[in-house]
Amino acid sequence: MRLTGTNVDVLQRPLPQVRLHPELWRQVIRFILRKPLGAVGGLLLLIFMVVAVFAPLLATHDPDLNNYRARISAPSAQHWFGTDDFGRDIYSRVIHGTRLSMYVGVFSTLLGTAIGALAGLVSGFWGGRVDQVIQRCADVMFTIPGLVLAMVIVTMLGPSMLNVILAIAIPRLPNANRVIRATVLAVKESPYVEAARAIGCSAGRIMWRHLLPNVMAPYIVVATASLGSAILVEASLSFLGLGVPPPAPSWGRMLSLEGMRYFETAPWMAIFPGLFISGAVFGANLFGDALRDILDPKLRGR
Amino acid sequence: MHTYILRRILLMFPTLLGAVTLIFLLMRLLPGDVALYMLGSSESSEVNVAALQQIRQELGLDKPLIVQYGSWLWSAALLDFGNSYWTRQPVVEELKRRYPMTANLAVLSLALGTLIAIPIGVLSAVRQDTLIDYAARVFVIAGLSIPNFWLSILLILGLVHYFNWLPPLDYAPFWVDPWLNLKQLIFPALITGYRLSAVGARMTRSSLLEVLRDDFVRTARAKGLREQIVIFRHALRNALLPVITIIGVELLVLFGGLVVVETVFTIPGIGRFLVDAILHRDYPSIQALVFVFAVFVVGVNLLVDLTYAILDPRIRYT
Repeated sequence: MRLTGTNVDVLQRPLPQVRLHPELWRQVIRFILRKPLGAVGGLLLLIFMVVAVFAPLLATHDPDLNNYRARISAPSAQHWFGTDDFGRDIYSRVIHGTRLSMYVGVFSTLLGTAIGALAGLVSGFWGGRVDQVIQRCADVMFTIPGLVLAMVIVTMLGPSMLNVILAIAIPRLPNANRVIRATVLAVKESPYVEAARAIGCSAGRIMWRHLLPNVMAPYIVVATASLGSAILVEASLSFLGLGVPPPAPSWGRMLSLEGMRYFETAPWMAIFPGLFISGAVFGANLFGDALRDILDPKLRGR
Repeated sequence: MHTYILRRILLMFPTLLGAVTLIFLLMRLLPGDVALYMLGSSESSEVNVAALQQIRQELGLDKPLIVQYGSWLWSAALLDFGNSYWTRQPVVEELKRRYPMTANLAVLSLALGTLIAIPIGVLSAVRQDTLIDYAARVFVIAGLSIPNFWLSILLILGLVHYFNWLPPLDYAPFWVDPWLNLKQLIFPALITGYRLSAVGARMTRSSLLEVLRDDFVRTARAKGLREQIVIFRHALRNALLPVITIIGVELLVLFGGLVVVETVFTIPGIGRFLVDAILHRDYPSIQALVFVFAVFVVGVNLLVDLTYAILDPRIRYT
């Protein structure tokens, strides 16, 4: 057994390779029938994506427009979710915030898990010293909480959209790395890889043509599970004042403690942004769980 | 077994060294400059070069990187983490003053989390695919989805509104005044414990479901034992190993959660210290705190692995 993170073996058991069949629709319908909770999660996620894309059409007000005559007004026909201490329309801010959260969440997840997975692929395939170096780096990253690492990176790089994405992506590297490595280790020994080796395929070709397609299923599972936590970290960074800088409306910043003195008299200021964060992450987690059950036959039917 | 333990302990050191080195390099090599920040500017052209040099010299930041690293490492080995850039006080004193609150909170969260996790996990597994199971699963996923700072804000608002409860101003150790201590820490511990309980309950459920299909469970049922005894005496005992593991792993997330929850509940613990240190780019404090966190995580992982080795007779390391 190896250093820290060895005891995560349960989490990192290689997910068996399942090919994603081309008959997508039938698959989708089967998924909905077999995993109703997962389907609800997928639907939620889809709705948030649609809201993110069409935010300017769905918003009823300019999210940054101050309106001092309507400061801290309760939800009404005019302002569906009420207004904040600057008289800004909370509904429109939350809708525009969806765009930011989804953007940061999706891109940091893709960046972090893709690089981590690639490192895992190389690590598992090559083994030996390369594997040792990469895995010791992963051990080190497993000792620092993701949020703390992200906070340090964003503080040092300065607050901007790109830096926040980087800061959220980097702590995601080791997890994807471990899962993909474990799968590669299992697949590497299979007869078809041996055959490919025997007819003299290059290492690059084996990784690209034989290993990569087989790690896609676990990769999708890791990436979906990672999306929820990426959205959460983005919200937490914004909440602590380290997120994407204003004027971009962000869910986390709407909840920052400066608003605390208003929250008691104007609870809608606290309730709606939090509901949106929870909803998006809930959707991603439900969907991710169901995907894992489907793509991991070991847990099938549980 | 002894060699295994010894090897594991020795292997802790490179990981710890790696963690402090990573943070050290991040803070020195990324563009943010603490000297500029102290002069209240982000552009080097705007400030007095002499003043900048003086601050760098005072903080020892003008020396070559390797010298800074070496001297930090040497004093850290002697448990001297230098003085805070912000308060100019020794970081160790600050740590000593603050760690009891965080340790107390962490232990309380762990206890509450486990106490909630196991019954829910067992119920969910035993009543698989019933309404109870679905409710438990939603409880679990909600625990992983609801941001802890939002839950804290709602809890505080509710407590203030309905019970006239106010966030604690000072801290009483548990052995001095248990009631006051609980009153101060139970709510933040519930928030951080909820996430732990969600993860633990999920693992209890899937692990128990797996064990319930084992032969020895069938044997136990076949010889006519009552269902309660089959589940609690036979199955649950064997299902708890992965739960211990996952709770050990989740400790990392718990620390991340404490950072946020201490900020919301204004608890002057280590987590809040870290937030302040990062916001002020207080290098010595950040390095010391990351070191302390890393020691805890590595230590707990070691403990978990050893528990594993002791509890599961099939695992024998030579």
